[in-house]
Amino acid sequence: MPADIRSGYEFLQPETQSLQDDDFANPGFLWIDKGETLFNQHPDNGKRACASCHTEDIRSIADAAAHYPAIDEQTGKLVNLEGRINLCRERYQDLPPLEYESDDLLGLTAYISSLARGVPIAVDITGPARKYFDAGEDYFFLRKGQFNLACSQCHNEHWGDKLRGDTISQGHGNAFPAYRMEWQTFGSLHRRLRDCDTGIRAEPLEYGSETYTAVELYLAKRAEGLAMESPGIRR
Amino acid sequence: MLSLLLLPACEQAREDRLAGSIQIVGDSIPQPLDGKSGDPVRGQQVFVSREDGHCVLCHQVGSLDAEFQGNVGPALTGIGARLTAGQIRYRIVDAQGIWPDTVMPSYYRTGDLRQVGNEYSGKPALGAQQIEDIVAFLETQTN
Ligand code: HEC
Ligand code: HEC
Ligand code: HEC
Repeated sequence: MPADIRSGYEFLQPETQSLQDDDFANPGFLWIDKGETLFNQHPDNGKRACASCHTEDIRSIADAAAHYPAIDEQTGKLVNLEGRINLCRERYQDLPPLEYESDDLLGLTAYISSLARGVPIAVDITGPARKYFDAGEDYFFLRKGQFNLACSQCHNEHWGDKLRGDTISQGHGNAFPAYRMEWQTFGSLHRRLRDCDTGIRAEPLEYGSETYTAVELYLAKRAEGLAMESPGIRR
Repeated sequence: MLSLLLLPACEQAREDRLAGSIQIVGDSIPQPLDGKSGDPVRGQQVFVSREDGHCVLCHQVGSLDAEFQGNVGPALTGIGARLTAGQIRYRIVDAQGIWPDTVMPSYYRTGDLRQVGNEYSGKPALGAQQIEDIVAFLETQTN
């Protein structure tokens, strides 16, 4: 684990940093705007809008994104923000879950994450969350793929080194969902993890899989105290 | 060097995970893979190209002017003067046989791996000819 925690932002080119810093130029705001609209929209079926349950004084979600993934009390299972949004749709709006990486789910996730911009990450890994944290940590140190590499080998042992054009960062998730130039679109943390797994020629896991969600919890704990940055811009 | 002291049984396990039947001698694979002979010009291609070896992801070589060479691994400038062909070959075939914790991938290994991408399963990262070509290229890097 790196002794001083540094956001991936610090390893970016100055032009990329300015794009992230400028709310008018940052393409992530297209998704945030879409998410904000959906958040306030009343579903056609007469059910309540997200906004009518989550106002500033009732069940505020202002900094929720900085404390996810978290255990869902009703099921005892770990959910990330995407999972929580879909649970609320199913439970309280009688709507089907949104597909991972759909613009609607990315939009809602981006909107809720943007509310927590600047808030330090702090997650609970006690009680039922513990076993997920442990599983996430195991995956982080597991060597896999045709190249037989673990996340830890790049992001603990080689951060700051140059992998061709990229400087390897410490591998924190605080900028996600983020806009990646390579994708030419906005994407989730799970999409980034799939890219890292694919890069070492490992079979990537499914979007929203329990293991990636556990890795997400491990990454959040590992980055505890780091400020939330979504919508980030990355190469 | 520690690898020279390893017991024969251990050496056997290291040989078994490779893509062909190969003899490791100390920290070297003296015989060319599949008896192929390498071509340094093609080797440079394989070394640089993103679809093949893409060694420049981690290594610099002084004689190359390829853009954005990485520095995760040591510079390979002058490597041909420091290592024999057999030593270079073993480092490409299975660097993890020499340095178990290294980030350098093993390019001619199919065993003792997990969660390998479906399209790569059972195949080595590079073919015998490609590896011999890189060995020939690196052998020419003597200063
Ligand atoms: C071979 C090296 C390598 C391995 C192995 C690897 N990554 Fe990465 N990872 C990178 C590179 C290169 C980037 C893009 C530059 C950066 O931000 O580090 C990256 C980016 C990331 C990011 C985004 C960081 C940011 O601020 O944008 C996260 C999160 C991440 N990796 C997590 C992981 C996890 C979890 C694993 C294992 C499942 C893993 N990585 C395995 C090289 C690697
Ligand atoms: C009828 C009320 C209701 C509606 C509508 C609703 N939620 Fe929720 N939401 C809740 C309740 C209650 C919880 C607490 C968890 C639970 O009991 O399911 C919650 C939890 C959350 C949380 C996690 C808060 C935390 O601190 O853990 C987020 C984020 C969230 N909802 C977002 C949304 C979004 C986005 C929508 C619309 C797609 C939505 N909610 C619609 C009632 C609602
Ligand atoms: C992900 C990073 C990475 C990639 C890709 C990589 N290497 Fe390496 N390589 C290393 C590291 C790191 C070392 C040093 C060994 C150690 O101590 O871990 C090394 C060592 C070597 C050595 C021995 C150098 C010496 O001075 O003893 C040779 C030869 C070599 N690599 C060749 C290659 C070739 C050829 C390729 C491509 C087919 C390649 N490497 C791809 C990281 C890499």
